[in-house]
Amino acid sequence: MIVVIDYAIGNLAAVANMFKRLGVVCEITSDIEKIRRAKKIVLPGNGAFDACMQGLRATGLIPLLEERVLHEKIPLLGICVGAQMLGHGSEEGGEPGLGWIDMQVKRFPALPGLRVPHMGWCHVKRNAPAHPLVQGMDEDARFYFVHSYYMQAVNPQDVLLTAHYGLDFAAAVCVGNIAGVQFHPEKSHRYGKQLLGQFARNG
Amino acid sequence: MARVRVIPCLLLRGHGLVKTRKFKDPVYLGDPVNAVRIFSEKEVDELIILDIDASREGREPDYELVAEIAGECFMPVAYGGGIKTLDQARKLIRCGIEKVVINTAATESTDVIRATADVFGSQAVTGAVDVRKTLFGGYRVVSKSATVEVKTGLEEHIRRLVDAGAGEIFLNSVDRDGMMAGFDLELIRSVTSKVNVPVVACGGAGTVEHLAQAVQEGCASAVAAGSMFVFHGKLRGVLINYPQGLRLER
Repeated sequence: MIVVIDYAIGNLAAVANMFKRLGVVCEITSDIEKIRRAKKIVLPGNGAFDACMQGLRATGLIPLLEERVLHEKIPLLGICVGAQMLGHGSEEGGEPGLGWIDMQVKRFPALPGLRVPHMGWCHVKRNAPAHPLVQGMDEDARFYFVHSYYMQAVNPQDVLLTAHYGLDFAAAVCVGNIAGVQFHPEKSHRYGKQLLGQFARNG
Repeated sequence: MARVRVIPCLLLRGHGLVKTRKFKDPVYLGDPVNAVRIFSEKEVDELIILDIDASREGREPDYELVAEIAGECFMPVAYGGGIKTLDQARKLIRCGIEKVVINTAATESTDVIRATADVFGSQAVTGAVDVRKTLFGGYRVVSKSATVEVKTGLEEHIRRLVDAGAGEIFLNSVDRDGMMAGFDLELIRSVTSKVNVPVVACGGAGTVEHLAQAVQEGCASAVAAGSMFVFHGKLRGVLINYPQGLRLER
């Protein structure tokens, strides 16, 4: 079973809805036993970075997540701020991130004509086309982004997908069993459906 | 090049979908959940759903209907109508929508925008502004489905919305609504030149060329339309449609 970590943030119904459409068993939960038994974990996140980190910390689940993800190495997919939280921290706030991926989260620069937040559909470039999460992805695949801050990985090989908005940024990062996507696959039609399906099957 | 969002804007009245002209004379179109399902299958960029009676009647959003609609959306969906408090915004986001659209409430106080943006982030809050052209050629902000005139000037009002944390402005022209004769480009320009958040232009689209004008001449970040995506032909037969492969760039 896939669990979507519930820490009272944002729109979790949408993620579960896409898995349901895929015929994948998934549950939105903060229940320790269920997370202990989960095969895979989705870490969503919405809104302010600090609020998300504080919310997640308040559940007391971080040590369990570390055990499952860092030691048992079950697949985890972070979405949006849930992906940003995998890094060391964000320019948006003062809270430290989980630090599972060597990256920082930065604010989009103030460039003329570059409206922030970046809100809309964007094509992506695959840096590792054979990776199980993105293999077979449509050439014309597009994803829905909404963010004011972007992920910048220290090691270029950790960047699975690159997108462009004013500058090139990491649309997806991946280190071993830990992956994060800046966009919302649950809101990206068949393109996101394919990615979540591949996470469920291969991940 | 950034891909421009093209957004069907759907109006709710009771449990039905309607389309107005100049915010009046709502024509019944059909079942909203069914229409949304078709738009989702057509892979629209995003949807905006507005309950046009909620604020005027002073009632809360219909959460059950919103949840049912959101369950069909594999793209982002924004909901507006009757939102006055953070608690209502929270309930709506829990129903499965991405953004709350605040219009009438923000003409009295921007507190609900600030509170919602603080908790869910600016990207989850759209500040909507309905605008009517005055006899003297200026613009006047109106609220409660264009039944009340707002004292604050357009520029000042929009500045307040953005300062309070609105991550996007939805700009709707009352005079152009449902006319399908093109956007009020001067209105769009007057707003896009003043703010740094995305501006969604609505009101007047009848053709793809109109949409392109709003982007190229009005500098809109995204475009929304109602009639164009729900009517077909001169006789305005109801037909849910969305141009295949439609792709506007800026």
